[in-house]
Amino acid sequence: MNISEDMVKEIILEVFQQMQGADAPAANQVAQAAPLQFREIGEAKPGTDRNEVVIGLPPAFGTAMTQTIIHIPHRDVLKEVMAGIEEEGLKARLVRVNRTADVGFIAHEAAKLSGSGIGIGTISRGTTVIHQRDLQPLQNLELFSQSPLVERETFRAIGRNAAQYAKGEHPNPVPVRNDPMARPKYQGLAALLHNKETQYVKPDMASTEMTVQL
Amino acid sequence: MAKRQKRFEVLAERAVNEDGFIKEWIDVGLVAMDSPNDPSASIKIENGKVAEMDGKRREDFDMIDTWIADHTIDTAVAEEAMALDSLKIARMLVDINVPRAEIVRLSVGMTPAKYVDVLKKMNVVELMMAMQKLRPRRTPSNQAHVTNVKDTPALLAADAAEGAYRGFSEIETTVGVVRYAPMNALSLLVGGQVGRPGVLAQCAVEEALELTMGMRGLTHYAETVSVYGTEQVFVDGDDTPWSKAFLASAYASRGLKMRFTSGTGSEVQMGYAEGKSMLYLEIRCVMITKGAGVQGLQNGSISVVGVPGAVPSGVRAMLAENVATVLNDMEVASGNDQTFTHSPIRNTARMLMQFLPGTDFIFSGYSAVPNYDNMFAGSTHDVDDYDDMLVLQRDLQVDMSLRPVREDDVIAVRNKAARALQAVFNELRLPPITDEEVDAATYAHGTKDMGDRNIAEDLRAIDEFMQRGTTGLDVVRALAKHGFNDVAESVLNMLKGKVSGDYLHTSAIFDENFNVVAAINDLNDYEGPGTGYRLEGERWELLKDIRAAIDPEDV
Repeated sequence: MNISEDMVKEIILEVFQQMQGADAPAANQVAQAAPLQFREIGEAKPGTDRNEVVIGLPPAFGTAMTQTIIHIPHRDVLKEVMAGIEEEGLKARLVRVNRTADVGFIAHEAAKLSGSGIGIGTISRGTTVIHQRDLQPLQNLELFSQSPLVERETFRAIGRNAAQYAKGEHPNPVPVRNDPMARPKYQGLAALLHNKETQYVKPDMASTEMTVQL
Repeated sequence: MAKRQKRFEVLAERAVNEDGFIKEWIDVGLVAMDSPNDPSASIKIENGKVAEMDGKRREDFDMIDTWIADHTIDTAVAEEAMALDSLKIARMLVDINVPRAEIVRLSVGMTPAKYVDVLKKMNVVELMMAMQKLRPRRTPSNQAHVTNVKDTPALLAADAAEGAYRGFSEIETTVGVVRYAPMNALSLLVGGQVGRPGVLAQCAVEEALELTMGMRGLTHYAETVSVYGTEQVFVDGDDTPWSKAFLASAYASRGLKMRFTSGTGSEVQMGYAEGKSMLYLEIRCVMITKGAGVQGLQNGSISVVGVPGAVPSGVRAMLAENVATVLNDMEVASGNDQTFTHSPIRNTARMLMQFLPGTDFIFSGYSAVPNYDNMFAGSTHDVDDYDDMLVLQRDLQVDMSLRPVREDDVIAVRNKAARALQAVFNELRLPPITDEEVDAATYAHGTKDMGDRNIAEDLRAIDEFMQRGTTGLDVVRALAKHGFNDVAESVLNMLKGKVSGDYLHTSAIFDENFNVVAAINDLNDYEGPGTGYRLEGERWELLKDIRAAIDPEDV
């Protein structure tokens, strides 16, 4: 599988041009958000601070890809999630999960590295999971499976709830949303984006501890 | 363009133009039925074992090849089947003079590439003909989705009851909030038996929890055991064909019906299709399932339908994968269960592919709730389409397994289901269902007519309910204690069904007297006009009689 980035962009553009819904963005809006400034610290180790929530990101997040499927810049995604965690008085820690682009496994890896046992996994298009260390990988505390419905407020609420779980509280889950027409509109595009995401997976590489300048 | 042509302006506003379409992209496998990267069919048997398959030597097999070579392909007929010209096999599939038994004798000797080679020679009408002849159960049936966005139990019970009453023989729930799963399962368990004794219920969630609920007697079957056509996608799901087969045998050991799930497009959706066509990879899933000894498969793209739906010949590929399933002599739950288009025309055209020939479960499932409450992210058709479906059955004289119903009867079963569940909650120390909730659920269109529950309190109670080890027998006891003896007896009979295990046969469902109807005692015997399942007699009289029809006597 050799796919150049240009080829992916070309096809994404084509899909956008074919999507003529009222809220479809103009083609020139694609890939405008700026890449994030990450600083890699080294291999991620399990934390001991019970006041932390770990955010797990796939390899392309904020680098090769810079916004979600509904064009929320990755900078804003992280700002919102971190703000949500901090509102509850806890600390956010960032790791890059290199070996998979699967949101469930990224979230579970984040939870296993988290001193509180609570982790959040967000993949580039916006699909997100809140996970707990001692659950099965494909279980979760909360799952936001429809990426076109994950908005800025959702990301903040996800950060808040994750922090509450970390404190041993029982928050009301972030209200579930459902749009039966998200699939016809976005699934083809989601497939393109995910194929792009998986190009950057390094199956044998451990997770990386990071900081980011927002 | 400076000036638009007015017809083009109108066309641009049409629903179909809100759909996402993609041109084929061969390198990543965004192609429905025919990729140049698909292998050519071949087989070599040495010492009773497959030594070469589809141009690959055994030492080069990946784990899926190994599984199929060792567990699926019947080496006793492989050379005979593979020597037949693919065009000849395709013609046998539509030939009324070649019985089903002869075809399924040979099909187990075919390799994945051979299946693709046969199926891509057939147009959709020929594929429908093959489906009509090859589906295992003679009588077609239907499955429904019963979910809601608030996971509110009284409404789930009422919707389960109405769905069962209208004719669905299996009902399936899932969750908005995952920890609600046991309560949703319980709601369908009780509501389903109120609507029609013998209806099978399941709750699609994470596999370990799903199995636990089945073993506790809170569900009757399972379906969401996913298999994939490339090694990497399997590994991403932390699974192998062996682990899935192990899970399948865990269900069988407790007398629980189960089928696997797969579908065209899942590998490319997950980013690892190796440039192969969606159909080729899906055939590998079908054959993994067969090799695991599982009786059936849900396919027809399922939750990935937007992907094959976006490429040329994708809807044909979905029918072809259904045919591949029955060609392997397995039950098929044939999709039509996920929104894939904004266009009502496209939506119905896609569904006719399974409705006209009839399958074991035409929809898997039909939304027995409004689509805004469908937590499988929406089905192709929902409660608002019931009357259209009844008319389609009447227009075409084809059975979709739905029957005309009276409003007062539906109100009665919805109400009884909500009250029965109210009693069970009371007895099992779950947060009460109020009389207001019972009333709202009885008359509701969907959650927009329901109040909110205290979610945190529900979730705590559900955790305790599971920790206490509550089983289906506790539900029977609770129903009996509160005077719902008929419902108690039905729930108990379903538990007995697991002990006898008769509903583990291929394509099994229960009738209202708890008799198993399966490919053993209701085997499809279609061999052309005058044979097979016909919508006639008493059943046709029932389906003809829709509410809207004017009686000449009354004019």
